[in-house]
Amino acid sequence: MAIDSDVLVIGGGIAGLSAALSAARTGADVRLVSEAETTLHHASGLLDVLGYPPNADGDGPVVDPFDAIGDLPDSHPYAIVGAGTVRDGLAMIDDVLGETYHGSHTDANALVPTHGGTVKPTARYPAGVTAGLASDDRDILLVGFERLTGFDAGVAADHLEAAGIPAETSAATVEFPIVVRDDAKVTRYAHLLDENPTVDGAGSDRRVRAALADAVEPSVGEAERIGFPAVLGVDHPAAIRDELEDRLGAAVFEIPMGPPSVLGGRLEDRLYAALDDAGGQIESGGGPIVDFDAEGGMISAVYMDRSGSQIPYAAEQYVLATGDVAGGGIDSDRDGVTEPIFGCHVPHPDDRYEWFEGEAFGEHAFAEFGVVVDDALRPMDEGGTPEFANLRAAGAVIGGYDYPAEKSASGVSIATGYAAGRRAAREG
Amino acid sequence: MSDTQRGDTTTDRAETDADVESDEEGYEPRDVFDSTTEMDLRAGADNCTKVGTCDAECPVAEVNDDFPGPQFQGPEQWRLSQKGEVEIDDSITECSNCLQCDSGCPSGVPFSEMHNTARAKYVLEDQPLSIKKIRNRILANYRTSAWLASKLPRTANFFMNNGAVRWLMEKTMKIPSEREFPEFATQTFREWWAERGGEATSKERAREARAERGGAHVQSDEKRIAYFHGCYSNYNTTEVAKAMVRVYESLGYEITVPKQKCSGTPMFANGRVDDARRHAKVNVEHLGNAIEDGYDVICTCSSCSLALRQEYPDLFDLEGIDELAAHTYDAMEYLRIHEDLEAELAGAEAEEFPDVAYHAPCHSRNQGLGRQAVELFEDVDGVTVTDVGDSCSGISGTYGWKEEKYETSMEIGEEMFEHMAEADAEHGMTECPTCSMQMEHGTGYEIHHPMQLLDTVLT
Ligand SMILES: Cc1cc2nc3c(=O)[nH]c(=O)nc-3n(C[C@H](O)[C@H](O)[C@H](O)COP(=O)(O)OP(=O)(O)OC[C@H]3O[C@@H](n4cnc5c(N)ncnc54)[C@H](O)[C@@H]3O)c2cc1C
Ligand code: SF4
Ligand code: SF4
Repeated sequence: MAIDSDVLVIGGGIAGLSAALSAARTGADVRLVSEAETTLHHASGLLDVLGYPPNADGDGPVVDPFDAIGDLPDSHPYAIVGAGTVRDGLAMIDDVLGETYHGSHTDANALVPTHGGTVKPTARYPAGVTAGLASDDRDILLVGFERLTGFDAGVAADHLEAAGIPAETSAATVEFPIVVRDDAKVTRYAHLLDENPTVDGAGSDRRVRAALADAVEPSVGEAERIGFPAVLGVDHPAAIRDELEDRLGAAVFEIPMGPPSVLGGRLEDRLYAALDDAGGQIESGGGPIVDFDAEGGMISAVYMDRSGSQIPYAAEQYVLATGDVAGGGIDSDRDGVTEPIFGCHVPHPDDRYEWFEGEAFGEHAFAEFGVVVDDALRPMDEGGTPEFANLRAAGAVIGGYDYPAEKSASGVSIATGYAAGRRAAREG
Repeated sequence: MSDTQRGDTTTDRAETDADVESDEEGYEPRDVFDSTTEMDLRAGADNCTKVGTCDAECPVAEVNDDFPGPQFQGPEQWRLSQKGEVEIDDSITECSNCLQCDSGCPSGVPFSEMHNTARAKYVLEDQPLSIKKIRNRILANYRTSAWLASKLPRTANFFMNNGAVRWLMEKTMKIPSEREFPEFATQTFREWWAERGGEATSKERAREARAERGGAHVQSDEKRIAYFHGCYSNYNTTEVAKAMVRVYESLGYEITVPKQKCSGTPMFANGRVDDARRHAKVNVEHLGNAIEDGYDVICTCSSCSLALRQEYPDLFDLEGIDELAAHTYDAMEYLRIHEDLEAELAGAEAEEFPDVAYHAPCHSRNQGLGRQAVELFEDVDGVTVTDVGDSCSGISGTYGWKEEKYETSMEIGEEMFEHMAEADAEHGMTECPTCSMQMEHGTGYEIHHPMQLLDTVLT
C-alpha cells in the first residue's frame, strides 16, 4: 500500500501550489508534498510576469508583459504554454487572492518602490502596496523604525527621488511605540500591530497603532501618502492600514521587504488556505522525495525519506515543482547537472567554466539550468522523448529562461503550474 | 531514588527495569559528553544565511523580547563556543526545544543538534548548581518519578494535587502550583498487557481479525509491530496505548512490547544528553532485536518518535541506531502507509467525539505529520475536526513545568486556547501527552489521542 491520490504535486512553492490548486479545482484528488517549509515566505509578495525582456542589455522595463510574450523564443516556458494560459493561470490566482491583491485591472506592469528605494515592474501586488505605486504623483513620506534593520527611510527616499518618480519624497525615522529589542524580526512588529496592546508608561492607555500614528504625525507635512516597511500585521493588515489612514489623514502603504517577508508570509497563508478549501491535501516538512518506481514508462510510486524511513506515495499523475538549484530541484556538482529525483535530463555545458561568466551579474548559464519540456510540460530526455508519460514539470525546475534577469519568476511558476495541474487532472 | 527502585523487585519486569536503572551510580557523564561535543557542526553552522526565518518562527522569541532567538542560540552560539573560553549563554534555558526553528530553516541548519549539544555543555560545565538545576534533573528523569508513583498510584495522585503539597513544591522545587499533575493510572499499560496475556494473546486476536477479514493466514510475517509506549502512555494515559492495541489487532497486526526506557526527550530538553544516551542504548538494543525479527516500531507519542528517528542518529553513535530510525513510525502514519484507512473509515460513524478541536504538536509537524489526523477524519460521518492552527501549545514537555517559565508557556499557548474556544467543539485531540495537558489546562476541554478516535470508529 501507499498513500494515494489522483495527482501528486512535489514541491510547495508557488509553482506547486498553482499546480495543486488548478488540479483540485477541476475536482481531482490532489496531494501536495513539500520537503521544507516553503520558499514563499521569503519572497517579496510581488507576482512578476515579465519585468524586462530576455537579453535586455539595458532595455528599460517591459510596459505590457502580455504583449511581450509573442516576442519570446520558442523555448521560453511562456511560449510553450501560450499567452492565453498565462492569463488563465493569473486569473485563477486573482480569484484566490480576491481583494487582497491588486493589478488585475490592467495588462500593464505596475511600478512598486522596494525597500532599497528602487522601482520594480510587477504584475500583481498586495493591496497594502497600492497607494505607494511610483506612477502616482501624490507626495510621499517614508517612515522607518529606529531599530528595524533592512529599511532606511532616508536612503530609500533619496533613491526614489533619483529614480525620477513624479512625487516629492520626504523621510522620518521614529521609535516604534513598544521598544522591541535591537535585532527583533519583522514578524515581532507585525504581531504587535495585530494584537494592538496598550503601551505601558506615560500614564496613558494608548494602544500601539494609535501611538505609532502619534509618533509619525509631526512629520506628515504636505505628504498625502505614507509608506511603512511591510510589517503592518500578519492577520489584520487591512484594519491596521485603515486605522493608520484615519488617524493620519493620508493614504498608507507598505514597502516590500527582504526575507523573512511579512508580505510573502501572507501570500503563503492565503494560497495554502485556498488549497485546503479546494480539498487538496497538504504535507510539508516531512522530508524530500528521493526515489521512485516506474513501470512501462509510467511512474507508479515515489518515496519520501522521512528520517531514514521510506514513505511511499502513489498517484496516477505527478507534477515536479521542486524549484531550481536554489530550491533543491536541480543538483549541480563536479560531475554535472541533474534533476535529482527522477534523473531527468538537464542540458548544460560540459565545461564547468562555461557555467559562470566573469562578472557577478553577467548572463550565467546556470541561471537557466533546468529540465526541457514538451508542449504538454513533460520533461524530455536528450533525444526529445518524454521521460515518463505521467510526469510534468512546473516552475523554476524548468530551464531555458533566466527569471532573476527577466523578473518573471512567479509568472512562469503560476502559468506552468496551472497548465501542468490541469493536464494532470484531466488525465489522472 | 534508584535505591528504592532496586529494592522493589517483585515481578520479572521490575527486575529487569531495575537492572537497567542500577548502572546509574557507576556512571561518569564526562565520557559521553566528550563524544557528543566532538561532533562537527561547522558545515551546519555555515549553512546559515541569516535570513532569520528561524527567529520569525520561534514561539518564545515572539513573546519574550529578552530571548535572543534561535539564530543566536544555534549557529551563532555554536561558532562562538568553538573559539573556546566562551560560556554558553544562560538564554539557552529559555528555549523550549519545540524545534519550530528546525523545520522553519530553509538552509537545513541542524538546530536540534546544536541546541542539544549546547544544553549538554551548559548543564555540565556552565550552569551553577541550584534548586532549579536539581529540579530539571528530576523533570528530565520523569520516567523514574513516574515509575515510583505507579507503585502507589492513588496515593501519588492524592499528594501530587494536594494544595499544601503543591505549595511546598512551588516554594522548594520551583514547580508552578497552577499545574495539575497528570493522573497516574492504577494499572500501568505493561501490567495490563501482561495480564491480558502479552504477545500470545495479541497473536491470537490478530489472527482472528485476519480470518474475519478474509485473509485466513495463520502466520503473518508482514503484520508485526513493536510498540514503543514511552513513559506517558505506560504510567498515565494508558487508554491511548490500549486503544492502539485494539486498533492494530483489529486490522490483523501482531504486537510485541519490548523492554524499553524513556525515549530521552525530557532529558535532551534539560541538557541531560548523558542520561538520554544511557536510555537510548537500551531502546536501540531491544527495539533493534524486534526489528531483526521482522517487526516495525511504532510510537503514539510524537516526541518519542521524533527522538527515535531523528535525535538518536543525530546525537549518538550506537550500533543499529540508523536501522531503528529507518524502521520507526508514528502509529497513524504507519497505518496510512500499510492499510487503506480511507476504505476502512468509509461509512463509519463516530458518536463519542462529534466535534474535535485538533492541535498538531510541534514535534509532529517537525516530522511532516501535522495534517494527517485532520485529513483522515475529514470523511468520517459524525466527526467534525477543526484544526486549531499551527501555533505552539507552549508547554513543550517539561518547559511549562518550571515556575519561571510558566507565564511564558501560557502566553505562547494563548493563541491555541483562543482558537480552541472559537472552535465550537467539546473535545480536543492531539498526539503529544504534554500538549494535551496544556490544552486541558488552558481550556478545560477533555483531550484525546487520534488512536482513541480511531478505536471508537473501527473496533
Ligand atoms: C528572496 C526571494 C524573493 C523573491 N522575490 C520575488 C519577486 O519579487 N517576484 C516574483 O515574482 N518572485 C519572487 N520570488 C520567486 C518566487 O517566490 C519563487 O521562488 C519562484 O517563482 C519559483 O517557484 P517554484 O515554486 O518553482 O520553486 P521554489 O519556490 O523554489 O519551490 C520549490 C519547492 O520544492 C520543494 N522541494 C525541493 N526539492 C524537493 C524534494 N526532493 N521533495 C519534496 N519537495 C522538494 C522545496 O522545499 C520548495 O517548497 C522570490 C523568491 C525568493 C526566495
Ligand atoms: S527550539 Fe523552539 S523555542 Fe527553541 S529556539 Fe527553536 S523555535 Fe525557539
Ligand atoms: S518523551 Fe515519551 S518517553 Fe519520554 S517522558 Fe514523554 S512520553 Fe515518556
